[in-house]
Amino acid sequence: MAGEPTTNSKTALLVLGCPQVPVQTSIALYLINRLKKSDITPVVAGNKAANTLLVVADPDRHYLGEVMDLDRAVAQISDKKLDFDLCFVFIHNDAGVSYAATMGAISKAKLYTIVYGEHYEDQVKKIEFPSTMIAAKAVHNPLPLKKALDEVAPWAA
Amino acid sequence: MGCVESMNYEIVLRDATFKESRDYIKAHFKEFIDVQPGFKVFDVHVIGLPPIAIGLDGDFVIFPYTKPCHGTFLLRVEDHEEAARLRALKK
Repeated sequence: MAGEPTTNSKTALLVLGCPQVPVQTSIALYLINRLKKSDITPVVAGNKAANTLLVVADPDRHYLGEVMDLDRAVAQISDKKLDFDLCFVFIHNDAGVSYAATMGAISKAKLYTIVYGEHYEDQVKKIEFPSTMIAAKAVHNPLPLKKALDEVAPWAA
Repeated sequence: MGCVESMNYEIVLRDATFKESRDYIKAHFKEFIDVQPGFKVFDVHVIGLPPIAIGLDGDFVIFPYTKPCHGTFLLRVEDHEEAARLRALKK
């Protein structure tokens, strides 16, 4: 089945937050593209709205691979039925920080926290657990966050 | 976590931060246990910064339930068996 992780390449989970901040969908597609070019298989986990924004934008699945429900992903990782090499958590609110801390606790993946939004610094202050942080004030314009992501270049690590 | 909708729950706090939820449990319930993220309460894997506080009040279990767009809810559910199971973990 197309999009399923292969056993030969690294895998990455993208944990989407609430899609109310526009840059999330754009940066998620950009990150998926960069990961795939580095032979890293991306899997997206989000709520229905966040996932649907991506699926509708990429109907032929040029970028997207597997897309799964966020609660299902948390359950499978918690139950040790699923895990990834890399995990990117999109954060612009308190719930995003909670999901990132959860991923840090239940998954063995290297954790990246992608923090954005009008008040991104408020969320940055709450992230006291180990992660590689990629943060920028970005709401409608994805370029500041893209720049921060490019500087870290997690696909090359 | 679809089973939450089928539970007979009461919302104690809504649209809270995770910290508000934890502080509320510790301030309002004499009895609570600390668990790690991913711990299963009923069929819900709890989300949050460790440690996550779960309140116990008789047969009532009070636990956080986080949604990406709506923050953290504190839910109160009556279930003798689940309260007993959680209480046993304290020993």
